[in-house]
Amino acid sequence: MNPLLTALARFLIFPGLLFAVPAAWFFLWVERKAVALMQERVGPPFMQPFWDFVKLLGKATPPRPGIAGFIMRAWPLIAVSSAAGAVGLLPVLPASGGFEGDLILLLALLELPSMCIIAAGFSSRSIFGEIGSAREAALSVSYNIVFLLAIVSIAASQHTFRLEALASMHPSFLTVLGIIAILACLPAKLHINPFSLPNAEQEIYAGPMTEYAGPELAMWELSHGLEWVAATGLVATLIAPHLALAWGTSLLAGCIFVALSVAVVLLLSVLAAATARLAIDSSVRFYWQCTLIFAVLAVSSALIVRFWL
Amino acid sequence: MKFWKRLMCTARRKSPWLFHMNAGSCNGCDIEIVAALAPRYDAEQLGVLLQGSPRHADILVVTGPVTRTAVGAVKTVYDQVCGPKAVVAIGSCPATTNVFIDSRTLVGPLDKHVPVDVYVPGCPPRPDAIVAGVVKAATILAERGSDPPTPEMVIVETPGEVQP
Repeated sequence: MNPLLTALARFLIFPGLLFAVPAAWFFLWVERKAVALMQERVGPPFMQPFWDFVKLLGKATPPRPGIAGFIMRAWPLIAVSSAAGAVGLLPVLPASGGFEGDLILLLALLELPSMCIIAAGFSSRSIFGEIGSAREAALSVSYNIVFLLAIVSIAASQHTFRLEALASMHPSFLTVLGIIAILACLPAKLHINPFSLPNAEQEIYAGPMTEYAGPELAMWELSHGLEWVAATGLVATLIAPHLALAWGTSLLAGCIFVALSVAVVLLLSVLAAATARLAIDSSVRFYWQCTLIFAVLAVSSALIVRFWL
Repeated sequence: MKFWKRLMCTARRKSPWLFHMNAGSCNGCDIEIVAALAPRYDAEQLGVLLQGSPRHADILVVTGPVTRTAVGAVKTVYDQVCGPKAVVAIGSCPATTNVFIDSRTLVGPLDKHVPVDVYVPGCPPRPDAIVAGVVKAATILAERGSDPPTPEMVIVETPGEVQP
């Protein structure tokens, strides 16, 4: 098949936009519903994130004159496109050829929405946005060290940064350790409890999104949903080989990918409902003191295994 | 175009996001608003979400008789809510200034300053009346669409037990 066509199909159909946008809404619903059920509530109806999105598209936005306004409008679009790109890169369907990005590109695209949030909070010139952005920046410095070390340990144990190879890797103890470290970083990456302090609802209004309204806010919601899909999808592709699955048919691989992603979403939602928001110093300490040790252990043992054994 | 309009109408009806504004309330109505969102009445099953920023909200929920110090904030926050928007007056205070009538520290009632769409009387109103009022406001919002607000008074009858 034409490599360009394959790459386009991946980006636009599966696991790209046509799959990722409904999946983003579905994951947002699963999260809200799971939290509601944990609190003995009924929770939002199934179509709720879709209705929210449509309603936000139809709302007015305050006038944003000049270049500052243009920049402020651009951040959510950059965040959505990079999150969608990250989803499109996930190696869900085995050996389909086309454009093969590597792990470093995927990590960069996963990190961009968080950068956009920081920049958006500062460019909105709202005091609450600036506080939220500062918190997001501090948190990002903490969890990214662990996140990157975990990724490096997995890549080092497999001797490759290629996504296709990682999706069909041989399971080992080290990769399990790496996956657990990645899972520990996901609540901070997705801004859910106990690390929801960048957008701490009510406490600092809405954090970096305080000044955003209407379609811009809809784009932020969509990028948040796509981040859910990309981050849980990354974990799902890393776990999948551990279940020793038959990767024969594409349909089966797709189904397993979706099922694993939903399982990770459920796990994170239950964690979010069961915990309260930590203060910034506790969050930073959690990553620098508790999680970092395991990440360093994982990466050093991976390097030892790679070079000396 | 017609399909898009109908879809938008449904979306507005199904996704009312609130911003809660205290304009000198005694906190009685505020507690009832929280009760309406808490597990027993669970307004989220109707799509209701309490938002932190007025920019995100569709419906401004105001409690209190609008004191002199609060009136500027009420007007500012009303302007910060992006259209289409609706205002719900929770309790007897924003509707009539209640027992504080003729007080020189008040500049209420609320409808002297911002157009009010739905009144939920009671001191305080029951949570189910608040939920009914918000749903009514969402329906008004959906029917009105992007047109400017027209003054029409809707009073939510308190269902169930009537409180003094």
